[in-house]
Amino acid sequence: MTNFQSLEFFVPELILVITILAALITDLFLKKSKTDLIGWVLCIGLVIVGLSVLNLSSVPATTLFSDAIVIDPFSSFMKIVIIISTLLVIAASWANKELENYRKGEYFTIMGIMVLGLFLMTSSVDIIMLYVSIEVVSIMSFILAAYLKLDTRSNEAGLKYVIYGAFSSGVMLFGLSIVYGLTGSTSYFDIQESIFSMDSSANPALIMALLMIFAGFGYKISSVPFHFWTPDVYEGSPTTITAYLSVAPKAAGFAMIIRFFHQIFSDSIALAGTAIGSTDLPWPEIIGVLAVVTMTMGNLVAIQQNSIKRMLAYSSIAHAGYMMLALPVLSMEAIESIMIYLFVYVFMNLGAFFIVITVKNKTGGETFDDYQGLGWKMPVVGSLMTLFMLSLTGLPPTAGFVGKLYIFKTLVGAGSDFLWLVVAGGINSVISLYYYFHVVKVMFLGGERSDTLSYPPSLMFGLIVFTAIPSLLLGLYWNPLASWVKDSLVFYTQTM
Amino acid sequence: MNNIDSYLFISSMLFCLGLFGVITRRNAIAVLMGVELILNAANINFIAFSKFNGMNLDGHIFGLLVIVLAAAEAAVALAIIINIYNNMNTINVDEAAELKR
Repeated sequence: MTNFQSLEFFVPELILVITILAALITDLFLKKSKTDLIGWVLCIGLVIVGLSVLNLSSVPATTLFSDAIVIDPFSSFMKIVIIISTLLVIAASWANKELENYRKGEYFTIMGIMVLGLFLMTSSVDIIMLYVSIEVVSIMSFILAAYLKLDTRSNEAGLKYVIYGAFSSGVMLFGLSIVYGLTGSTSYFDIQESIFSMDSSANPALIMALLMIFAGFGYKISSVPFHFWTPDVYEGSPTTITAYLSVAPKAAGFAMIIRFFHQIFSDSIALAGTAIGSTDLPWPEIIGVLAVVTMTMGNLVAIQQNSIKRMLAYSSIAHAGYMMLALPVLSMEAIESIMIYLFVYVFMNLGAFFIVITVKNKTGGETFDDYQGLGWKMPVVGSLMTLFMLSLTGLPPTAGFVGKLYIFKTLVGAGSDFLWLVVAGGINSVISLYYYFHVVKVMFLGGERSDTLSYPPSLMFGLIVFTAIPSLLLGLYWNPLASWVKDSLVFYTQTM
Repeated sequence: MNNIDSYLFISSMLFCLGLFGVITRRNAIAVLMGVELILNAANINFIAFSKFNGMNLDGHIFGLLVIVLAAAEAAVALAIIINIYNNMNTINVDEAAELKR
């Protein structure tokens, strides 16, 4: 589709750009104490963007701007997930006491720009667009991670993030340049065509280039061996940003990986639903090993942590590993299971982080010691934290169970080649039980019982309950989610 | 230099030097210089492939965009490093290690 015709289907992003500009300009006229208002500007803008995404989700899948990005139900689903998590995090930012002494105008504006980058990540089908959108998201997250200018921990988080981020995107770019040289095009569709007509002499170069590209992908979803930034950045950043980084860029990163492998490495037979590797490259094995190492590493290191925030950082690495389990089997069911997992993961992980924010606002700490006896002092927070921990472990009847169920069901259905992934995933779930329940144990069995009960302020209370409801309800009745995901499983693909 | 091999040789050398710089340097600005070398190595690749393989102009466009993004990234990185210097009086990445390893 030509550029001018495409504009009609690009409305959500255009509204988002207008919102960002409005936020930027409104900020100029506000006093420091009134900058919470920018959050409202962004919220209203995002709700309108969400409505227009839903409005466009029924148009037939097509490419826009001369094959630069696509619009299809899959990207609409991911955009909705991103909008939900952004709205929740904006609301939590109003209550976050860490941000109290700073202007929040730029904070919210930068978050808006990040959403634009995430939207483009979910829908790009051209390696130029891919790189530009990754960089937009990365640069904005560097600023947000280092947002607490006077806090040395936040400074350090920003420094580490910028170094790892710039480095891995540089390596990825070098890989992309080799792919461009080998295939002669930047469009996924042309790359797919030339990869399938290539003889095997080009394979070493191709494997090399794709491993380099995986450095960029792996860094975005924090998979081993590109996870080193995750714990430090998650611990040092403002907690709201930690929560945001652990869900939205991860969702967009998975969307990007799925689109990349689904389009480039599958011929028309594989599109009907077998594994990725219809070329000679050992992709299922490589990604399978990475997934297992990622979750094992995340879970084993999470056990040793003393800070809840840092423990959740490692747990988010482990969850990236669970989602990666389904990547080697890139059938429609596998993509469906990843989408379901991502959707429930947004709620349970954001809920856990919201509780960390509430407790930090109250006690100023985020280590296990600060959670001693919390279940008796703050009964609502304690019991809902138990729910989130159950859900993150993946025990029934919570939403996390449904997510894991779908992933394992896909792997079992894909045949005996993938059974070892199921075994590894099962063992890891048991390991994760230990540290998630350590939190529960500390909250209810540790510390002293006090007679004065306290409740979180109404905004945080509302947010926690809002994330708790889907975390529980989707575990009991997930048909609407499953059918929505099934409807969203339409990709724009070109077969040769 | 009418041969693509020499361009690719230079770009791989630049990439390796950049990688070496990122891994060995402890000064945050020197690490950033290493990253810039990696980006420029990729840029040389893009332009060389675009010129010699009789391809379209995509490589040139990509190169231009990479230059813009590298500038944006360097601006943000330098701002963060200045802030670190103001608060901690050092730009050594090893000394900025308050967070648990």
